[in-house]
Amino acid sequence: MIDWLLDPVHWSGSDGIPIRLFEQVAISGASLLIAALVALPVGLWIGHTGRAANLAINIANIGRAIPSLAAIGIIAPITQAFDPELGFKVYPTLFAMVILAIPPILVNAYAGVSGVDRELVEAARGMGFRERQILARIEAPIALPVIAGGLRSATVQVIATATLGALFGFGGLGRYLVDGVAQNDDGQIFGGVFLVAALALLAEGGFALLQRVLTSPGLRLAQSSAETPSA
Amino acid sequence: MIDWGWVGDHLGAILGRTVQHLELAAIAVAVGFAISFGLGLLAISYRRTYPLFSGIAGILYTIPSLAVFAALVSVTGLSIYTAEIPLIAYTLVILVRSIVAGFDSVPRDVLEAADGMGYNRRERFRRIVLPLSVPLMVAGLRLASVSSIGLVTISATLGASFGGLGFFIFEGYHREFPTEILVGAVPSIVLAIVVDIAFVRVQRRLTPWAQEQEVRRDTWEGLPSGPSVGF
Repeated sequence: MIDWLLDPVHWSGSDGIPIRLFEQVAISGASLLIAALVALPVGLWIGHTGRAANLAINIANIGRAIPSLAAIGIIAPITQAFDPELGFKVYPTLFAMVILAIPPILVNAYAGVSGVDRELVEAARGMGFRERQILARIEAPIALPVIAGGLRSATVQVIATATLGALFGFGGLGRYLVDGVAQNDDGQIFGGVFLVAALALLAEGGFALLQRVLTSPGLRLAQSSAETPSA
Repeated sequence: MIDWGWVGDHLGAILGRTVQHLELAAIAVAVGFAISFGLGLLAISYRRTYPLFSGIAGILYTIPSLAVFAALVSVTGLSIYTAEIPLIAYTLVILVRSIVAGFDSVPRDVLEAADGMGYNRRERFRRIVLPLSVPLMVAGLRLASVSSIGLVTISATLGASFGGLGFFIFEGYHREFPTEILVGAVPSIVLAIVVDIAFVRVQRRLTPWAQEQEVRRDTWEGLPSGPSVGF
């Protein structure tokens, strides 16, 4: 594995590690961004107004129930009808990544905001805050760690789905796994496993750190006093 | 778009794959629960071990499944272990956390009342803590079952003897035959939703006092939102 990773041949060309890594990171980041642009406003709105809460719950339940592989599979015949070449190799994975990233982001935005103490919201309203201000200055900051948690779950999903895409003609780091198994090349397999795992753990660790930074000092205080073991 | 004739000719195979799908998922959840219960017991006896178990399980969960399957192929070959080890590993993070959260959910007053009635630690655990933590354990089993049903599809990469309904997704893709892809994808989603609904029923039965509200505030990770969620 180390030999494979250190071999300069694997660091250049169109199937070199930099290109594959870039494919995976760029496409995962783009999917996450698109999903967040759709899911965050909807989740915050549902959380703030309490309207359509059932919709959020159903999206969560159905989102959890869709296997990534099934999502790619269902999309493939549809996109192939529009574009016989890319529609069978690139679009299914791309669309699946966006679709699978939406539920965790939406659900956590909703759960975070609706979990904010209603008395705080009433107090803000009494002080003359407008609804928009309540959301921006009271609810969103308190819900931020939970919202970041949703982005974190979505990131894990997206990276896993991008990897899986290699089975469906998609690029990215998953290619090393699929090609390695097909060619019975252990160096390539474990090199791929290392790269994929490292990327996923780095992304997840980054979000965990972000989550910690985003937790306001006041909440951190409440958290540590609530964490007294009981059983 | 759908070739119903093919579906009709393959009803037996579809049924067989559905049963295999449920078997693979059930083994994973059962073994995962047994391991997690043991780890949960350790965690409440020795508090310091919990962050360790929870952390390791979280790391395993973050690594994309395709990488784990690919890595195991060269260790355990194309055997049932290669299929089940990743499936079991992925249930751990959900189950360990929900089992410990269950144990921790027992109010302190209740524990003190039990002590006052002269229960020793063992009796207190068996007759008070265990029954009261059942609802959260079932919530964990629900998430673990749904996620396992999704992951079983990916075990189809290990060849025709695994994968449940995922087998059709792969074979259909390679034959560029949309009907077969959908025969794998749609039932695997339906299977997950049916199991999810079944668990919701069980949850309602076990906790008739719990209002919808409590269920609603769950985040994507399946735990109540708010500042007390600390991982």
